[in-house]
Amino acid sequence: MAVTITVNGQDHTLDLDPRVTLLDALRDHLHLTGSKKGCDHGQCGACTVLLNGRRVNSCLCLAVMHDGDEVTTIEGLAEGGPSPLQEAFVAHDGMQCGYCTPGQICSATAMLDEVAAGWPSHVSASLDCPVELTHDELAERMSGNLCRCSCYPGINAAITEVARRGKTEATE
Amino acid sequence: MTIEMKIDGPETVNRTDDMAQGVLGRDSARPDGLAKATGRATYAAEAHPEGMLHGVLRRAPGIGAVRCPNLEAVRAMPGVRAVLRDARMVRNAAQGMADEAPVQGVDEAAYVGQPIALVVAETFEQARHAAQRLEVAIERTDLPIDPDAVEPEVPEAKQSSQGDLDAAMRNAALTIDADYTTSSMNSAAMEPHAAVAEWDGTTLTLRGALQMLRFNRNELADSVGLSAEHVRILAPYVGGGFGSKLGISADCVAAALAAMELGQPVRVVQHRRNVFEVNTRRSETRQRIRLAADADGRLIGLGHEALVSNLPEETFAEPVVQASHFAYPGAARTLGIRIARIHRPAAGSVRAPGEAVGVTASEVAMDELAYAAGVDPVELRLRNIPEEDPERGVPFSSHRLKAALLDGAERFGWSGRPMAPRQRREGEWWIGTGMAAAFRVNMVVEAQARIRLHGAGAVVETDMTDIGTGSYAIFQQVAAELLGLPLAQTEVRLGDTALPPGSGSGGSVGAASTGTAVWLAAMELRRQIAARLGCDEAELTLKDGTATAGNTRQDLADILSGAELTGTGHVKPGDAAEKVRQATYGAHFAEVAVNDVTGEVRMRRMQGTFSAGRILNRRTARSQCHGGMIWGIGMALTETMTHDRRDGHVVNRDLAEYHVPVNADVPPLDVHLLEERDPWAGPMQAKGIGELGICGAAGAILNAIHHACGARLRDFPATPDRVLAALE
Ligand code: FES
Ligand code: FES
Repeated sequence: MAVTITVNGQDHTLDLDPRVTLLDALRDHLHLTGSKKGCDHGQCGACTVLLNGRRVNSCLCLAVMHDGDEVTTIEGLAEGGPSPLQEAFVAHDGMQCGYCTPGQICSATAMLDEVAAGWPSHVSASLDCPVELTHDELAERMSGNLCRCSCYPGINAAITEVARRGKTEATE
Repeated sequence: MTIEMKIDGPETVNRTDDMAQGVLGRDSARPDGLAKATGRATYAAEAHPEGMLHGVLRRAPGIGAVRCPNLEAVRAMPGVRAVLRDARMVRNAAQGMADEAPVQGVDEAAYVGQPIALVVAETFEQARHAAQRLEVAIERTDLPIDPDAVEPEVPEAKQSSQGDLDAAMRNAALTIDADYTTSSMNSAAMEPHAAVAEWDGTTLTLRGALQMLRFNRNELADSVGLSAEHVRILAPYVGGGFGSKLGISADCVAAALAAMELGQPVRVVQHRRNVFEVNTRRSETRQRIRLAADADGRLIGLGHEALVSNLPEETFAEPVVQASHFAYPGAARTLGIRIARIHRPAAGSVRAPGEAVGVTASEVAMDELAYAAGVDPVELRLRNIPEEDPERGVPFSSHRLKAALLDGAERFGWSGRPMAPRQRREGEWWIGTGMAAAFRVNMVVEAQARIRLHGAGAVVETDMTDIGTGSYAIFQQVAAELLGLPLAQTEVRLGDTALPPGSGSGGSVGAASTGTAVWLAAMELRRQIAARLGCDEAELTLKDGTATAGNTRQDLADILSGAELTGTGHVKPGDAAEKVRQATYGAHFAEVAVNDVTGEVRMRRMQGTFSAGRILNRRTARSQCHGGMIWGIGMALTETMTHDRRDGHVVNRDLAEYHVPVNADVPPLDVHLLEERDPWAGPMQAKGIGELGICGAAGAILNAIHHACGARLRDFPATPDRVLAALE
């Protein structure tokens, strides 16, 4: 089946078996291997990409269902130089083996937007207060991305630093 | 030229501290960090050679003789190129450092989940579909799967006894005698095992997710029937291993056989559910621990006897009592390992084999002894630090347990803790604190590395892997430090068997073993530079690309004047290990909340202080310690592979059902690394740190649960059902 997907700003028309997941379309057909496959079952978050700006597990998406959609991968976030989160993950050692890292960074990118938009989480005190990115809020919102190397302290430090910087920039 | 060194005695010269560049030991970023953060780092499954086919493994659904009645029909399915049932396919991954093929064959399934066929097709989707359609008929054999239901093997070499422990137990003022259990556990590295194999008619090239390439090459060659010169393995990036990628795995051998048969590249990626079955798990353990002490809590006798399991023909037995040989004193000692031969998936090394479960259980027993004696748990450990190895009577190479205990207690705010349990309550939650000591043996193994030095900088080369441990970072620092080069001018190439054979990653040996080989290679280059300047190596100062000797200073590039110098280092273990006992030490402190109504346990905070000789990179070392401590949280609270009672199959064989700690399970962690030099650890005086953080960590958590709510748990993990039962 033919499908056209915009990936990192570029249109790609692919002729795909309908069983091909969005993750495999990226990795095996477009050779964008930055998105990782940890479980193929929506259990680990390694395959997280931004789909029309929101984070999704791309292993749970069939590529042919995304005709006309816009996808941003970890490679896309680095276009024009590494993003602040990508740099902060290196600075705070938010990685060891690096296999979960692209998923963590894509997830965190969207998560910061969700916080800015005031979306509540399971640990938020109420449904309509502005969200403050405390340790509990951050940990809750990032718990869909497993890291077996267990770099959570570094991951959280990196995200917190970027969130704080973003906030100061917004109020300046 | 090569410098060879055998570690036979203490290295008292300590040349490392004379170096001038000032990069070694620093908190500095991984050179491979940005490639990983931007998705440019490529792992095993990510090569895409022209014409690559896709293979999917089919598993045995039962134990017994295997047949595939519809094999021909599957072979005729769209896109299918082969259904491989080759007798050379392997039963399970090889054990670490096996250096030869593991057990092979597809006609008899020894455990549920054993790969018995590889279906190869043009696309992944076709291969997966066809593999699902392949019928597997099992003629079931009734084989034991319960470790408690068989008569275990009692290998003589794994038993040791000194003095009369029974008498010590009878005469002691205080005794503890209890059984502790730990569960089957899985490494669950985030990158599933994967291989891309290419065969050009003479040479097999395999990209694999592997930890120890120099062994893996021989294991693969032996499995498929090639000589090792015709096998090359590449693994520049490995998505975690934790022991599960030590030996050649089923995907590698199957991909290689298929590529050789079809003459086209073949990729095989294990499904996450295969990962839980086909690669070695950590054995469950049942540990009887006996402590005999005087009225002050000073040990006079110690018993640690463990039952572990494995498949027939596997050489590995979880070395549960490894640290009990030296951790605590006591003239009467009985230690031993028994092995139940059962048909659960194979057991093997998982992060800190031995101590991860053995120290963890012993540290709960020590907490029980502290309570029996009415002595603060930190003080009890301080009273029980042996003067020398209590069994072998040799000195310790260095011993920093006391320093770690005192430092950790101070940072955690331990003093003033009320000894009695159930002292603090917040709503439904009991709050408590606990601690444990950490012990892990230290080893150096054979390793080689080469450095090529040219005008623009240096290139370090070895087949060593970086599985997240920081090999790229620390080898860069070692070479830059000795050669006086900025980090940016020091490149590191790893994970290719065409390069000199390093130690491989496993058993925390990488930094000290391959790191020492890099150190020796750099020292050889310093000698060559000194020779060019007509001075002694010891007179040479190398810094920022310049060489100073006496009152002359010259650019390194001018000294080389276009030439490339090569230095090789080769380290071998000597008899240092016989002359001293060498280990790493630490202390864990934990605060938990236990829900009185649900039995749920929540971590509040954790503190770890560790000592492992010279720390080569504080940032990557700290991350390793975080990792170990968080694995301790998993072992304490959630991780358990459940085996079906009828056929031993792993019931919870994916990441939704096997619960590794997620971000929200992890409280703020504080890690402190002590400054130490261990002269018996070679010229760098550094020891391994990748596994120390897990040793004992879960014990601190169970001790904290006891302090919080009074429930003494001896079975890991402390799931809510167990906590609730113990609360009543
Ligand atoms: S690969 Fe998609 S969630 Fe694990
Ligand atoms: S860095 Fe290895 S899994 Fe997260």
